[in-house]
Amino acid sequence: MDKIEIQDLDLFYGNFQALRKINLRMKAHEVTALIGPSGCGKSTLLKSINRMNDLIENCHIEGKILVDGKNIDDEDVNLLRKKVGMVFQKANLFPMSIYDNVAYGPKTHGIKDKKRLDEIVECSLKQAAIWEEVKNDLKKSALALSGGQQQRLCIARALAIEPDVLLMDEPTSALDPISTAKVEELILQLKENYTIVIVTHNMQQALRIADQTAFFLQGKVIEFDRTQKIFNDPKEKKTRDYITGRFG
Amino acid sequence: MNNTLKENMARSIFMMAAALSIVAVLIICIFIFSNGVPAIKEVGLFHFLFGISWDPEHGLYGIFPMIIGTLVVTAGALVFGVPLGILCAVFLVFYCPKKLRPKVNVIVNMMAGIPSVVYGFFGLVVLVPFIQTMTRTNGMGVLSASILLAVMILPTIISVSQTALSSVDKSYYEGARALGASHDRTVFKVMLPAAKSGILCAVILGLGRAVGETMAVMMVAGNQAIIPFGIFSGTRTLTSHIAMEMGYATDLHRQALIATAVVLFGFILIMNGIMTLVKRRMCHE
Amino acid sequence: MNKEIHIQKTVEIAKKKKKKSTHSIASVLVWASALLVVAVGIGIVIYIMIQGVPYLNSSLFEWNYSSENVSMLPALINTIFMLILSLLIALPIGIAGSIYLVEYAKKSNPFIRIVNLMIDTLSGIPSIVYGLFGSLFFVKFFGMGLSLLSGALTLSIMILPIIMNTTQEALREVPMSMREGSYGLGAGKLHTILHVVLPSSLGGIISGAILAAGRIFGESAALIFTAGTLAAVSGNIMDPARTMAVHLYALSQEGLYIHETYASSAVLIIVVLIMNGLAGLIKKCSERNTIHG
Repeated sequence: MDKIEIQDLDLFYGNFQALRKINLRMKAHEVTALIGPSGCGKSTLLKSINRMNDLIENCHIEGKILVDGKNIDDEDVNLLRKKVGMVFQKANLFPMSIYDNVAYGPKTHGIKDKKRLDEIVECSLKQAAIWEEVKNDLKKSALALSGGQQQRLCIARALAIEPDVLLMDEPTSALDPISTAKVEELILQLKENYTIVIVTHNMQQALRIADQTAFFLQGKVIEFDRTQKIFNDPKEKKTRDYITGRFG
Repeated sequence: MNNTLKENMARSIFMMAAALSIVAVLIICIFIFSNGVPAIKEVGLFHFLFGISWDPEHGLYGIFPMIIGTLVVTAGALVFGVPLGILCAVFLVFYCPKKLRPKVNVIVNMMAGIPSVVYGFFGLVVLVPFIQTMTRTNGMGVLSASILLAVMILPTIISVSQTALSSVDKSYYEGARALGASHDRTVFKVMLPAAKSGILCAVILGLGRAVGETMAVMMVAGNQAIIPFGIFSGTRTLTSHIAMEMGYATDLHRQALIATAVVLFGFILIMNGIMTLVKRRMCHE
Repeated sequence: MNKEIHIQKTVEIAKKKKKKSTHSIASVLVWASALLVVAVGIGIVIYIMIQGVPYLNSSLFEWNYSSENVSMLPALINTIFMLILSLLIALPIGIAGSIYLVEYAKKSNPFIRIVNLMIDTLSGIPSIVYGLFGSLFFVKFFGMGLSLLSGALTLSIMILPIIMNTTQEALREVPMSMREGSYGLGAGKLHTILHVVLPSSLGGIISGAILAAGRIFGESAALIFTAGTLAAVSGNIMDPARTMAVHLYALSQEGLYIHETYASSAVLIIVVLIMNGLAGLIKKCSERNTIHG
C-alpha cells in the first residue's frame, strides 16, 4: 500500500481553481519532490496533505487524499497533523527557548513527564543533526540562532511529535549554500524513517535528494516519474523546457 | 469530541466578551436616555436647549449658557492648540534632528499622561493668578479654560498629526524637491496638504477631548451659569455643569442634569460620525 | 566665457538660497512651536515637583486622614485597590474580546466593524458621563452604593477601549507563520492562541494594561459619583473609596492645605510618569524581540 495517495484532487480559492485533477502516489521511506514555476500550485498541494488549507477562507477541495489508506477528511485534523509533520519555507520558531520550541509539540499532545520530554528533545535534536551545536544552550532563546540552525531546529520540532510523513515547503530557499547542504544531507538520513514530500525551486536539489519528482504547471501535474527519468529522459516537452531552464 | 466541545466553548466565550462592548454602549445609552429624555419632555426641548437661564429653584432649566460655554471654550482651545500642535508635528517630522525626535516625543507622551486634576490644579495656582494680575479680573474664565484645554489637547493633536505626516508618501517630497521647490515650500505646500485628512482626524480627536474634559475646566472656568460676554468672563461648560450639581440634585433637577449628558452624548456621537466619515474618505484616497 | 559666468552666478544664488532656507520664517516658526510645547510640558512637571516634593513627609503617609493631617495614604491605598479591581474586570474581557476579533472572526465579518465602532464610541464618551452612568446603573440600579466596586465597574468600561485597541494591535503583530507552525504540529486553535499567540503578544498587552492603569490613576470625574470621596482605607469592595486624583481635587477645592495639595500632585505625576515610562519600555523591548523573529 502507498503511504500517501492523492486521487482526482481539485482545489479552489473562491472561483479560482488552483489545482486540477491531481493524481499522485508516494511510497513509504521515499522522497518525493514537487517542482515547477512559482504559482503552479505545488505548495498548495503540499499544504493539502496536512490540511493546512483549512485555515484559508474560501478554500474548497474536491477529490480525496489518503494517508495510510484512510481519507484525511475523516480524521481529527490535529491527529492528522501529528502524523504528517511540516517544515515551512521560512523558519517560524516560537519566541521561546530552544528546549521549549522542541517540547511544544509533545506537550501539546499530552506528554507532561519531564524525563520523557528531555528524551524526546534530545532525540529530535540529534535526528536533526543540531544537538552538538545547541546542547549547552537549550534554555537560550531560539530566535538567537542563525538562519540555517533555525531551520534545522524547525525540523527537530517537527520530528518531536514523531510523525510518519514530513512535508517540507522549500525548506532551504532562505538559506546559504553551506546550510542548504547540511539540510539536504539531513533529508537523506531522515528518509530511512520518514516519508518525505518536499517542494523545491531548486532543480539540482530535487535531483540530489528525491526518489521521484512531480512537475507542476498551472495547477496540473505535467509529468510524474522517478527522478532520474524526469531529469534524463522526460516524456513531455514542457518538462524538458523547464528542466533545461527555458522558462520559469 | 471533547476537544471540539472545548474549542466551541472557548469560541463562544471570546465572542461574548467581544459583544460586551456593544452591550456596554447600549446600556449606557438606555440609562442616560431613559433618565434624561423625560426631563427634556417636561421642560420642553426648545426651552431646555435654548433657555438662557438655569435656576432650578424657580423651575428654570435652560442649558443654552452651558452649550455656548462649551462651544466658546472649545473653540478657544482649538485656536491655541491646533496651530501649535500641527506646527510641532511638522517640526517633529520634517525639521527635527533625528536624535532629538524621540526625546521630544517622550515629553509629548508625558503630557498626555498627566491627569486632568493635575492640569486643573496647575491652572488654578499658576494660570489663573497670572491672568488675574495681567488683566485685573478674577482670572477664572473663558481665557484660562481655553489655554488650559489647549495644553491638554496638544499631545493628541501632535501625535495623531505626526502619524499622518509621516505616512505621506516620501516620493511626494522627492518629486517636489526635484522640481526645485525649497524644503519649506515642499513641507507646507505639498506634504501638509497631502496629510490633511489625518490632521483633520487629529483636530476632531482634540475637539472631542476638549468637549469631554470636566475637572480641569471646572477648576479654572469660574462656573457661572451665564452666557459668556467676553474672553475674561466666567463660564460653565456642559461637563462641569453636570459635575457641579450632580452631588446634591434631586428629582427634576437631577433629571435635567442627566438630560444635559444626553446633549453631551449627542455632541460626541456627531463627532464620532464625522470621524468615521473622514477615516472612510482617507481609505478611499 | 559668458556662459561660465552665468553658471557661477546661478551656483552662488543657489548657495545663498540654501543658507537662507535653514533660517527661514517657516523653520523659525516650527522650532519655536516645538520649544513652546516642550517648555510647557517640562514647566508644569518641574513646577509641581519643586512645590510639592519638599512637603512629602511622613505625616502625609499616616494611616488615618483627619482635618489636622490630610494624609494621602488612604487615598493611595484605595487607588491601588481600584487599579487592581478594574484591571481584574477589564483585562480578561478586553483580551478575550480582542482574541475573538483577531483570531476567530472572518475579516469580512461586519461584527468586527460594529465592535470597533462601539469601542471608538466608548473611548469618546466623556468621563463625567461615565460617572453619571455609573451612579445611575451600578450605584442606584444595582444598589451597590458609593463603593470601590461601583467605581471599578465604571472604570473598567472606560478602559475597555484602551485594552481592546492595544491588544488587537498586539495580536495582529504576531506573524501568521507562527500560528501555522503551531497548527502544523497538530495543536488546536485554542491551544495555539493560549500557548503561542498570547505569549508572543504579551509585551503589547502589558503596555496597554499599564496605559489603562495610568488612566485609572488619574481619573476623578468618573469616580466622584461612583466611588465617593470618603478619605479612609476601604476595608472591602462595598466601602466607598477616595482615590488619589479625587483626593487632589477635594484638597484643591478646600484650598486650606496648599502644600499638601502640591505634594499630592507631585505623587500623582511621579506615579503616572513611571507608568508611562514602563509602558514605553515594555513596548520597545517586545518590538525588539519580534524584529529578531
